[in-house]
Parts: sequence; C-alpha cells; structure tokens
Amino acid sequence: MKVFNLIRIALKALQRNKLRAFLTMLGIIIGVGAVIAMVAIGQGSKKSIQDQLSTMGSNMLTIRPNSNQTPGGGARLESSNVQSLTLDDVNAMQSQAQYINAVSPAVQSRGQVINGALNWPTSIQGVSPDYLTIRNWPLKEGSPFGSEDVKGATKVCLVGQTVVDNVFDPADDPVGKIIRFNKIPFKVIGVLTEKGENAFGQDQDDIILAPYTTVQKRILAITYIQTIYASAINEESSAAATQELSQILRTTHKLNNSEQDDFTVRTQAELINTFSSTSQLLTVLLAAIASISLLVGGIGIMNIMYVSVTERTKEIGLRMSIGARSVDILLQFLIEAIVISITGGIIGVLLGVIASKLITATLSWPTLVSQSSILLSFIVCAVTGIFFGYYPAQKASRLDPIEALRYE
Amino acid sequence: MANKIVDIHDLKREFQMGIEIVKALKGVSFSVEEGEFITIMGASGSGKTTLLNILGCLDKPTSGTYLLDNVDVKKLSKNELAQLRNRKIGFVFQAYNLLARTSAKENVELPLLYNSAISTSQRHQMAMKALEAVRLSDRLDHLPNQLSGGQQQRVAIARALVNTPVMILADEATGNLDTKTSYEIMALFQELNKQGKTIVFVTHEPDIAAFSSRTITLKDGKLIKDVKNENIRSAKEMLATLPVNTE
Repeated sequence: MKVFNLIRIALKALQRNKLRAFLTMLGIIIGVGAVIAMVAIGQGSKKSIQDQLSTMGSNMLTIRPNSNQTPGGGARLESSNVQSLTLDDVNAMQSQAQYINAVSPAVQSRGQVINGALNWPTSIQGVSPDYLTIRNWPLKEGSPFGSEDVKGATKVCLVGQTVVDNVFDPADDPVGKIIRFNKIPFKVIGVLTEKGENAFGQDQDDIILAPYTTVQKRILAITYIQTIYASAINEESSAAATQELSQILRTTHKLNNSEQDDFTVRTQAELINTFSSTSQLLTVLLAAIASISLLVGGIGIMNIMYVSVTERTKEIGLRMSIGARSVDILLQFLIEAIVISITGGIIGVLLGVIASKLITATLSWPTLVSQSSILLSFIVCAVTGIFFGYYPAQKASRLDPIEALRYE
Repeated sequence: MANKIVDIHDLKREFQMGIEIVKALKGVSFSVEEGEFITIMGASGSGKTTLLNILGCLDKPTSGTYLLDNVDVKKLSKNELAQLRNRKIGFVFQAYNLLARTSAKENVELPLLYNSAISTSQRHQMAMKALEAVRLSDRLDHLPNQLSGGQQQRVAIARALVNTPVMILADEATGNLDTKTSYEIMALFQELNKQGKTIVFVTHEPDIAAFSSRTITLKDGKLIKDVKNENIRSAKEMLATLPVNTE
C-alpha cells in the first residue's frame, strides 16, 4: 500500500518531466534494441549454419586415413592416395559396430562427363547402396543400384541435378540414357533430389554416384578405399559411435597401444560445433558492442537522476518536512530510475524485434529473436535501473531537510 | 486547564562551526496550550529559526526537553520524527513550497501519501475538506503557476491542515505577500485559530504579531519577552479599513 503510494509519487514526478524522462529512456531503448537485434543476427546465422550442416546428415561419420607418417620424414601423400583403408575395415564395422546403422566405402575421381554434344567436368563417387541412407538423400526419379551391381561392378550410375542440367536437354528424361565418364559408358538409372549448396558453398548436386567397385576397377584401378562413411543410429550416439569405430579400426589395422591412429573419424557434430562456436563468438561480440550502448544508457540515467536530485532539493526538503522518511525518498528516486529503465527496456525489446524483422526482410539476413535474450535484456534493464539509480537516490535520501528547504 | 501541546524546558542548541561552538539557543523554556495563537519574534540571529526547526521536529536540541503533545522528541529516531511531522505538525513556509506542475488538490494530498493508514478515497475527501477550509474548492485542478501568491499560500495552508495536526507551524508565512494579501492570510489563520487550531507563527513584523494571542520574543538565543496580547487585532476588520484601490 505504501509502496503503491511511492510508485504513484514516482510516476507523477516523471509525468512532470515527460520530455526529459523520454530522452533518458532513449539511451536504454537504443541499448536494449541494439542488444536484441545484434543477438538476433548472431543467433540467426548460427541457426542457419546448423540447419545447413544437418542437411548433410547430422549423424554422419567420416573416416579418412591419416597421411602416412614415416619416422624418417619424406613427402607425405594426399589422404586419398593412402591405402590403409580397405574393404575389410568396412566389413568389420558392418558386423561389429552397434552404434551405427549404415556404412559405405567411398572412392572418388574427377573427370569429364559427356552426353552427345554436351559435356561437363564433375566428380564421380563410388559408394555402396547404403550411402543414400547415410546422406539422407532420396532419389527424384528412377531407382538406386543394389548389392548385385556392387558385386558385378556394373556400369550404372545416379546423377545429381547439376549434372542433369548440364549434359541433358531439358526435354530429355535422363533415366535410361547412357552417358560417358572419362570415356567409360554409364547407364543412368536414377536422378538424385536437389540438395543445394553445403555450408561451404560447394554444389552438392554436381556429382555422379556409382557402385564403388565400378569406380575402383574401371576408373581408378585401385583396390583400397579412400573414405568410409557411416551413420550413427542417432545424433546423441555419434560420440559413442566414434569411439567404437576407432576401436574396430585399431583392431583391424593391428595397431598396438603405443601407436597412433592411422585414420581420423570425424563427426558432423564436430563441424557443427566448430561453426557454432564461431558464430557464438560473433554473437558474443555483437552483444558486447551492444551492451556498451546499454551501459551508456545506464550512465545517462545516473546523470539525469543526479541532476534531478539537485534540481529537486527543495522538493525533497518539503517531502521530508511533511513526513517522508529517508527510505521513502530513496525508494521514490529508485522507482523513478527503474520505471525509466524498464519502460525503456520494453520499448527497446519491441524495437529490437521489429529491427530484426526488418533486417531479415530487407537484407535477407537470417535473424532469430530468442526468448532468453528478451528475458536477459529485461533483467539487465531492471538491474541497470537499480544500479545506476541507487547512488543518486541515496544522495537524495541523505539530504538534511533543513538544508534542503533552504536550498535555492 | 487546557492541554499543553508544546512544553519546552531549558532548551539549548549548539552548532560546531569549525573550531568554534555557536550557541544558537541558550536555555529557552515556554509552553504552548491547545488553541493558542503564538507569534515568535526576534531579529535575525536571535535563534528563532533554530527554535522553529526544533519545534518542527526537523532538528533535535543539544540539551533540554521538548514534549510535543506529550511525546518526548529527544527519544525518537529519525524515522519516528518523520512520522511525528507527518501526523502532528503542519508546515507553512514563506516560499509556499508547492510542487510545480502539480494540481492544488494533489499538493494538498501530499502529506497523506506518506501515511499508509489512509485510503485513496479518504485521501480525496480529506484534501477536499482542507481546500474548502481555505475557500479554494473552486481551484482544485489549478497548477501553482495559475494561482496568485495568496492563493498559493492558502493551498499550502490547506496542505498543513489536511492531516489534522495538533499544531500549525508557520515560518514567515506572509513574508512574500503584499499587505492586503498578508491580512487575508492572517484573517484565515485567525479563523482557523477560532476553530481551535493551535498556531505557532514565526515573524519579524510587529504588525503581524498584533493578530496573535501571545508573543514570544527571542534575543541572542534567550527568551526576553513572553506577553499575552490583551488587545488582539482582527485581520478581517483591518482588511475592511484598507483603501479599496491599493497599489
């Protein structure tokens, strides 16, 4: 009841100085608005990176051989030329691992694809039928190749949309056609759905998929495997799957305890984390810059409250003489500061949300206004009001009523 | 025997000014009974402001006792003093001290906002009554800058009356007003006094003192004269004798 009266007193005091209250508020409004908008930009970009990465199959594991590490030095080979991964590794994984539900060997080559008069440079990826499951990549038309195609190293392939666009007439149906990759004829049996660019800007649709045996024997003439792709049963178990696969590979590669892994298991989670932490840094940086303006707004409140206390010394003296206790005066000025900062905070949040929407609409940057950032900046506002309002309020409450009444 | 509102005995107040000790009050004793209209007079430096501050519970004596409505002020804490000012004393200042950009009614309501026992509707009622008592019921929503000096002082008097104090303390309440308006204000004080209000009025104008029932004169921190006024002048009658077109 008494506090209610004090709120009424504080509100009336602010009402008497509307313009000044608003200008003081402006500091907080801009500060909070900036924090909300900046954090929204940071979090928006973080989310869009995460989304893009997870279209690559977020529970995908990639196993690559480490470059040969000969103790005496010498030129190191490119990892695709290191021959340490074999089909035995893939079979061991398939039969022993519990945390993965699909595994596919992969070999890759670049070359020119030709269809009649049209040609296009692209890469061919030799994989097993499970690869489509691992990449979460359905077919747009046609049908996938099966294990008998792998066994027989048949010359069939699935083509990505970019390849279709470049070597087929728009009126043509690619399925059933024969294309030539490095002069070797392949029968197109299916077209992959469009995946678009990945997070690094690479066109994921610029690819031809064929049975790995076909690519090994007919194009590369190798027997080893360049890469193994596997998918963990779910995202949470990708860490356990990493452990498990490492263990299996160490066994099949006959590595003793003192030897280092001759392969690397990467999860998408690692990639996601790397990117997330980069954009996290961006978010923190933007928030820090915006916080400075909030701090400046807070100092603005403090400044105005000090001016206000000095200017209203006589009023304070009068209030004390008619029965206001020190704590009443303290609370009155504190409430004034908090009302300014919280009202400024509310308007700032609204402006920040609107600004984020505008940024998305005009610049098409992704933004994400999270509830936690709204809540946080709101709390920061209240704390700012209390912190920067306290000292002027305390100064007011410590005035001597006799001196204050005589103040001119 | 009437109830003693103020009972002061051997009141002393000393100030430390650097290394010097200034004795503002050097042992003052007097009492004020309910319903009295007292003026306190004295030249500047006589200690009347110090006495007023102590009477108003804004300051505490160095020694001696001060009983306000039978409460020993010396034993009270700062907060209790604030509450005492809120409930028992009504201040009227020379410079009115109204809150700017605040309506007459809200100015009058101010002391009640610091009294949690009073509800909103009570507050409105009491403020109306006080404004009626100073005959400003038709100026409720006027802001101080829309009122004349005399009207502003009447709002201030209403503010002093609103909490039904045991004593009204006026500090040179007519000091900023012209003769005619001063008489009007004094007429109002006399009227309130007739209704039973105890009034202590600090002034340095003998003219004003003639309207009170008793005059106390201070000099150099000592009480030198305390006389009952046998021949109280009526401010209302004085007002009637003034020429109509005074400049």
